[in-house]
Amino acid sequence: MGDLDMYGLDRRRVLRGVLNGSAVTVALPLLNCFLNGTGDALASGEPMPVRFGTWFWGCGMSKKIFVPKQTGRGYELTEELEALKAVKDHVNVHTGLTAYRDGNFFCHYTGWVALRTGSAPVVGSQPLAESLDVTIANKIGRTTRFKSLTATATGDVRNVISYENATTPNTPEFSPINFYTRLFGPDFQDPNAPTFTPNPRVMVRKSALSPVMERIKVLNGKVGAEDKARLDQYFTGLRHLEQQFDHQLTKPEPRAACVAPKAQKDEPVPGTDSVLVNTRHKLMTDLMVMAVACDQTRVFNMSMSKSDSNQTKQGYEKPHHTCTHEEPVDEKLGYQPNASWFTKRSIENWAYFVEAFAKVKEGGGTLLDNVLIMANTDVSYARIHSLDEMPAFTAGRAGGKVKTGMHIDGKGGQGTALSYTVMKVMGLDINSWGTKSNQTSKEVGEILA
Amino acid sequence: MAVFAKAGIVKAGPAVCLVAALALVSCSAPIGKDQGAAPKVASTPEPANDGSEKRLRVLSEAQYLNTLAHVFGPDVKTEPHFPPAQRYDGLLALGTARAGVSGAQLELYQKAAVTVAGLITNRERRGYLMTCKPASEKAADRACAQQFLAYTGRLLSRKPLPQAELAAFVETASASADKLQDFYAGLAIALEAMLVSPKVIFVAERSESDPQHPGQQRLDAYSLATRLSLFLWNAGPDDAVLKAAESGEILTPKGRARVVNMMLASPRLETGMRAFFDDMFAFDDFSTLAKDPKIYPSFTGVTAQDAREETLRTVIDHLITKNGDYRDLFTTRDTFISPSLAAQYRLPAPPTWTPYEFPEGAPRAGILTQISFLSVHSHPGRSSPTLRGKALREILLCQPVPPPPPNVDFSAVENPNSPIKTARERINIHQKNPACAGCHKIMDPMGLALENFDAIGRYRDTEKGAPIDASGSLDGKAFKDVVGLGQVLHDHPALTSCLVKRAYSYGTGGSAKADDKDKLDYINARFAEQGYKLPDLLRTITLSNAFSRINETPAPAATAASAN
Repeated sequence: MGDLDMYGLDRRRVLRGVLNGSAVTVALPLLNCFLNGTGDALASGEPMPVRFGTWFWGCGMSKKIFVPKQTGRGYELTEELEALKAVKDHVNVHTGLTAYRDGNFFCHYTGWVALRTGSAPVVGSQPLAESLDVTIANKIGRTTRFKSLTATATGDVRNVISYENATTPNTPEFSPINFYTRLFGPDFQDPNAPTFTPNPRVMVRKSALSPVMERIKVLNGKVGAEDKARLDQYFTGLRHLEQQFDHQLTKPEPRAACVAPKAQKDEPVPGTDSVLVNTRHKLMTDLMVMAVACDQTRVFNMSMSKSDSNQTKQGYEKPHHTCTHEEPVDEKLGYQPNASWFTKRSIENWAYFVEAFAKVKEGGGTLLDNVLIMANTDVSYARIHSLDEMPAFTAGRAGGKVKTGMHIDGKGGQGTALSYTVMKVMGLDINSWGTKSNQTSKEVGEILA
Repeated sequence: MAVFAKAGIVKAGPAVCLVAALALVSCSAPIGKDQGAAPKVASTPEPANDGSEKRLRVLSEAQYLNTLAHVFGPDVKTEPHFPPAQRYDGLLALGTARAGVSGAQLELYQKAAVTVAGLITNRERRGYLMTCKPASEKAADRACAQQFLAYTGRLLSRKPLPQAELAAFVETASASADKLQDFYAGLAIALEAMLVSPKVIFVAERSESDPQHPGQQRLDAYSLATRLSLFLWNAGPDDAVLKAAESGEILTPKGRARVVNMMLASPRLETGMRAFFDDMFAFDDFSTLAKDPKIYPSFTGVTAQDAREETLRTVIDHLITKNGDYRDLFTTRDTFISPSLAAQYRLPAPPTWTPYEFPEGAPRAGILTQISFLSVHSHPGRSSPTLRGKALREILLCQPVPPPPPNVDFSAVENPNSPIKTARERINIHQKNPACAGCHKIMDPMGLALENFDAIGRYRDTEKGAPIDASGSLDGKAFKDVVGLGQVLHDHPALTSCLVKRAYSYGTGGSAKADDKDKLDYINARFAEQGYKLPDLLRTITLSNAFSRINETPAPAATAASAN
């Protein structure tokens, strides 16, 4: 039973009463605790929400020093995975996954798009369908302020990893300052604030949307089917805006883990230098983690680099992607040392991302316990754009539905099996996913609890 | 596709070879057969054609901001960060006719609307941006709200608002003013709603039966006004253009010519053409351009910004101010330099932007030798003949280079003890391999001619101590250095036909297709007759039937609905 109920009041009824008058500050009773007695559910009795995220890095790996020799638990971290030491128990390493081209090939695009949309693209830079994060967000992201959030550490707004549909990319947040403002700027409502001041402007703003929605009907009657779909999508966006206004008019559920960060004032200058990218990645990650902890979203995406990663290493003339193609394989080492240097930076950032969720306490455990993250890349061996034996990761236990700490060898099976598995874990009622060679109904059973 | 900059050798194996062979077929096709053909020299009238398709476009961020600036003044501005469109057939503008508007994007529109409405209705501006004052600032005033909303609604949605729609906005303003006990706050709420409304965000073109040509469709007057305005000004139409639409004048040949000439004479043409060339030259890449600070410490964010500006200034000065020949952009020694660029050009720094003429005999001639092209099509730490060559083929000659085949093995160029010093030596290895040579032959010669310039566009004679050979040939025309390349490019028929193709696509909002050939031939011919002058090209396109006619069979329901 919620505390408001104990006072014999319904929260919405309180607020409705207030908003019919002028703006006043309403002191809602502070909740005695945020959680139920066992700490595994919200005070309202609802279970902790399970959130979903993706993480992306470009240009794959060097098999020799990436793929662990052993499978299952107790595998030994390899040279390129060394950075996972602190989070090894939270992560599953997946290797040996195949992305099928199905007749077309767009070097650094086909592989990751196949795993995220279930289909190999037939033109460059455009997928056939929405990406899995969108499918999941449509299922679990409707109740939060943002249906999903997407960010990149590259500083480039064009670095797309999520598609609302074939022609609508979810363009990423690329500036830490902008991202901070969107999340924790004036429209943020601290769920743990002792008082709640509904803004009467927001109420009239919401009312003002109704006539706008009427206008869409006028346009809808005059366009073809494809354009109608675009207008429908816009209409859905208006509904989303309306929902955001509703959120602003409703006292949010308290969230113990939510601590709004200090205002972001500085951000790295534009550039692809690895140090800059790492800094940007940390800033964006910290904001993203707190957005999840504050229940601003339940679906999130982060990219570390472009698929044909253009990161640079100071003093080394070849950017990451160029390096993978042009750097000779060191005869003694048996791999490309500089290409591997870039991969190691990526894995360090992946470890940072996972640890950032693990550091936030939630209920009896951590935020990461109630999260499932899938990380993937565009190729396995970037030097030859290979889509065989691709690596991926999962992290988090999805509220106890997923086991972690393992290396799972996909043995050349479909990479989409991993995507399908995480979609099933996130509650999607589907029997198969993907098209043509990437269509699958197989789950990666090893990770299921 | 930066990957193609790194050529390689196709691994042995039947499947791989087949894909590689397919990819190279298109690279082996004679260049210029379709795209580079000399336009027919003719002064014949426009051939019969069915025009272009109706589009539903999303207003770009620049178009949104330009329109606001035109309606409310340049100080009413915001930084909305609307996501850029995806590039199709060489233009971001074509992406706006395909993109949807996601919820997150609409959120940005709403945030921008709040900022803009706040700026317009604040105490400093309301006095001069509004032509009426409310009876009381603390209550609704329908008449005043109606006056303001009707005026702004017409300009923002590029057409007078239908009565019912206007009434709804007035009702929003009044109800909100009463609720908030503030007339201007209420008006701001209505303005916010208008700024996220579909008629502002979307450009939905309408067609109607053409009474002069029974059975054919044409853009209606307002859609024609908007198509013209987005093309020439990169903004919505102003009061004068809308008046020509309201009266129907814009639908008459004489009236349309008057409107087009008026628009071409407007200072807004410069804004419009900057946007067009910025798009065509893919200068959005400058937004993230950075160089390795250890290798090129002098190249800063300001340098990148100024490099983009230098080329745009040169383009506008040459094509509009001087009404010059488009081809001469690739040979002209005239440019503009800023303090930041002067350091890269090794010239004395001027106090501010200053016109400059490179001396005769200097290795700098034409916009290809400006820092913009040279730096943006290089790696952060070194130049790239292949990236440069590919960009010039695709951007300036409209000749797409196919993506490389899968499973390319680069081991042949990866000898760690290589004596190779120059890019030419590196690339020659690619050229010797038939699997790579097909595509590299069409990219590298142009790129190698630019090797006298490093990754930030500074001149050099040598690379790693070895002299640089910048000679080459382009589609059978030999040149000995970059100035020679500029001249060969100047005379290349695909140079002008590419501009025509891009301008027509940009203006009509869709890719040029195979059956547009006759239209493009006609525009090419006119362009040539008129000495390759940009304003003449714009006039030819905007006055053509190809621009205003709509190729669809009229649907009765749609025609009836367009009365709204």
